Amino acid sequence: MDLTQNFLFPNELHIYWTVMIVLYPYITGMVAGAFIVSSFYHVFGMEKLKSIARYALVASLAFLLFATIPLLNHLGKPERAFNIMLTPNFTSAMSGFGFVYMTYMVIVVLEVWFSYRSEFIEKFNQSTGVAKFIYKVLILGNTNDNENTKRYDKKLVIFLGGVGIPIACILHGYVGFLFGSLKANLWWSTPLMFIIFIFSAIVSGLAVLIFLYLFVHWKRKIKIDQESIDLLSKWLWGFMIIAVTLELMEVLSISYERTARWAILEQLINGKLKISYLYLQIGLFSIVPFLMLSVTSLAKFNVKIRNFIIWLASGMLLLQVLLMRWNVVIGGQLVSKSMRGFTEYFPGYFDKEGIIVSFLLIFTPFLLLRAFDHYFPFFPKKDK
Amino acid sequence: MDNIERRQFLKLGIYSSAGLLVGSFFAFSKGNDKIDVLEYDDLLKFDWGYVVDTTKCIGCGSCVRACSVENSVPDTFYRTWVERFEIDNHEIVRVDSPKGAIESFKEDNFKSDISKAFFVPKICNHCYNSACTQVCPVGASYHSPDGVVLIDKAHCIGCGYCVQACPYGCRYIDHKKGTADKCTLCYHRIHKGEEPACVNACPRSARIFGNLKDPNSKIRKILNQRRYGLLKPDLGTNPKCYYIGLDLEVV
Repeated sequence: MDLTQNFLFPNELHIYWTVMIVLYPYITGMVAGAFIVSSFYHVFGMEKLKSIARYALVASLAFLLFATIPLLNHLGKPERAFNIMLTPNFTSAMSGFGFVYMTYMVIVVLEVWFSYRSEFIEKFNQSTGVAKFIYKVLILGNTNDNENTKRYDKKLVIFLGGVGIPIACILHGYVGFLFGSLKANLWWSTPLMFIIFIFSAIVSGLAVLIFLYLFVHWKRKIKIDQESIDLLSKWLWGFMIIAVTLELMEVLSISYERTARWAILEQLINGKLKISYLYLQIGLFSIVPFLMLSVTSLAKFNVKIRNFIIWLASGMLLLQVLLMRWNVVIGGQLVSKSMRGFTEYFPGYFDKEGIIVSFLLIFTPFLLLRAFDHYFPFFPKKDK
Repeated sequence: MDNIERRQFLKLGIYSSAGLLVGSFFAFSKGNDKIDVLEYDDLLKFDWGYVVDTTKCIGCGSCVRACSVENSVPDTFYRTWVERFEIDNHEIVRVDSPKGAIESFKEDNFKSDISKAFFVPKICNHCYNSACTQVCPVGASYHSPDGVVLIDKAHCIGCGYCVQACPYGCRYIDHKKGTADKCTLCYHRIHKGEEPACVNACPRSARIFGNLKDPNSKIRKILNQRRYGLLKPDLGTNPKCYYIGLDLEVV
C-alpha cells in the first residue's frame, strides 16, 4: 500500500490509551515478577534466596497497591470503576480484571501478614502508646506466638505462595491477552502476546529486585548476600533471553509471512518506532545488558566490579521493559486501522496523563517500599 | 376475633397505600409528556440496516454536517465521515478526508492524470458480531433489540477498550463527558419513524436506510438487486452497512 499520503480515519487523530496504560502493565509486571521470585524461596525452598524472599514479597505488595492508580487516572469515569465488578460483561477480556486483581491482592496481603505476624507480636510487646495500638490492630488482637503458631504461619505462607504463582501469571498474562486478543490492531494481535508479557514481567521483577537490593546495600554499607545476587542475575540473564527471543521471533514470523499487515508494520518499525524500538529497546537496552550479564554469569572476576555490572544491567533491563510497554501500547495505536498511515503521540509534560504525573506514579511505589522497610524491616539497618 | 381484626387492618393498610401510590402517580405525572416507547416484541420486528451507494456520493459533506448538528458531535470527532479516493495513471492511490469532509473537499490531491476517483462515506457498521460490544467490560455497549449498537452513557466507565476494538475507527471517547460515543443511526429519530439525519441530508440518495427484516423495504430490494461489499469481511464482524460499488482500495 502507498503510505506517502499518511491517511488516518478521522477519529484516529487522537491516541486513546495514553502513557498511563503503558505504566499499568509495567507496574503489574514488577508485581508478578517479584512475587514469583519470593515464591521460589517460600514454596520451592530455595535457601539461597532466603535474604531476598521477604523483601521481594513486600516489594510486590508496594507495587500492587499502586497498580490501579494509572488506570483510575485514565478512566473517563473513574467514579464508575466498580461497575467492572458489579456488572461484568464476561465476553470482555477486561471484565475479569477486578476479580483477578482482588484475588491477587488478598493473597499477597495475607502472605505478607502471615510472614510478619510473629514480628508484629514482638513489636506489640515492646512498644507503647499509639504504636502499641497500631500493632494491636495489625495482629488483630491475637498475641499467640509459639512453635505451633509459627509452624502454622509457615504452612499458610507456603500455601498462599503456591496459589499465588498461577494467579500472578494470570494477572499479567491476562494483561497481554487484553492486547493480543484485539483483532482490530495490527501490532497487538498475536497469540504470543500474553506469553511475551509473562516473561517480560519476570524480567522486570527480577531486575527491580536486584537493582534495589544492591543500591540499598551499598548505601547502607551492609554485606551483600553474594550467592543470591549471583543466582538472581543468572535468572535475569536467562529470562531476558527468552523474553527478547520471543519478541523477535514474533516480528520475524510476521515479516516472513509478508502479508499486507507486514507492509505497514515494517514502516512502523523503521519509522515511528525506529528510535524507541530498534535502537533503544532492542539495540541498547537488550543487547548490551545481555552481553553484560553473559560476562557476569560465565566469567569469574572481582566481586565489586561484577556487582556493579549486574546492577547496571538490571537498571538497563528495567528501562528495556518500560520501553517494551511503550512500544507495544503506544506503537500499536500509532498505526492507522486504514493501513495507510500513522498518527503522532506525545503525552505532554503537565497534562493529567502527562510526563510529570507518570514520573510521580512510577516513583511512589518506591517511596512506599522505603516506608515499609522502616516499619516492617526486610533489610538489615547496618552491618552487625 | 383478634385475627380477623388484624387481617382487616392489614387489608385496609395495603389498599390505602396502593391507592396513595396510584393516586400520586397520576397527580405527579404529566400527561402530555407521554413517550411512545415500543414494546420489546415490537422492536424485534425491525433489523435496521444501511446501504451506501459509493457510485452516487459526490463528497459534498452534507451528511457530516447534518450528523454533527443533529447529535452535537464534539469538534475533531466524527460519527460519520466521507473519504475521497483518487487513483492516477500509475495506480498511485491518494486518500484523504480533511476534517471528515465536514467542509467538503477543497482541492484535488493530484494536479492531473487522475484516472479514477470516488467518494466513500463511512459510518458505524452496527455489526452483527461487533467487536466493541464483545470487549466492553461493563456491558455498557449493547445491541438494541432492533439491531442497533448503542452505548449506555450512564454506565460507561470510559476505558476506551471499545475504541481500540473497533476495526473501522468509528468510536471515540468524548473527553468532556468521559464516555465512549459513536453513531446511533439517530436512534432518537428512527424510533419516531424518521430517517437518520445523514440519510435525510444526502442530496444524491447515496445513503439508504431501512428495515432488513421487511422483505418489501427499499433496502431489502436494493440488496436483492445490486452487488455489494462489506468492509474488512475477514475480521468476522459481519457488518450491517452494505457498500455498493466498493473498490478494492477501500478498507
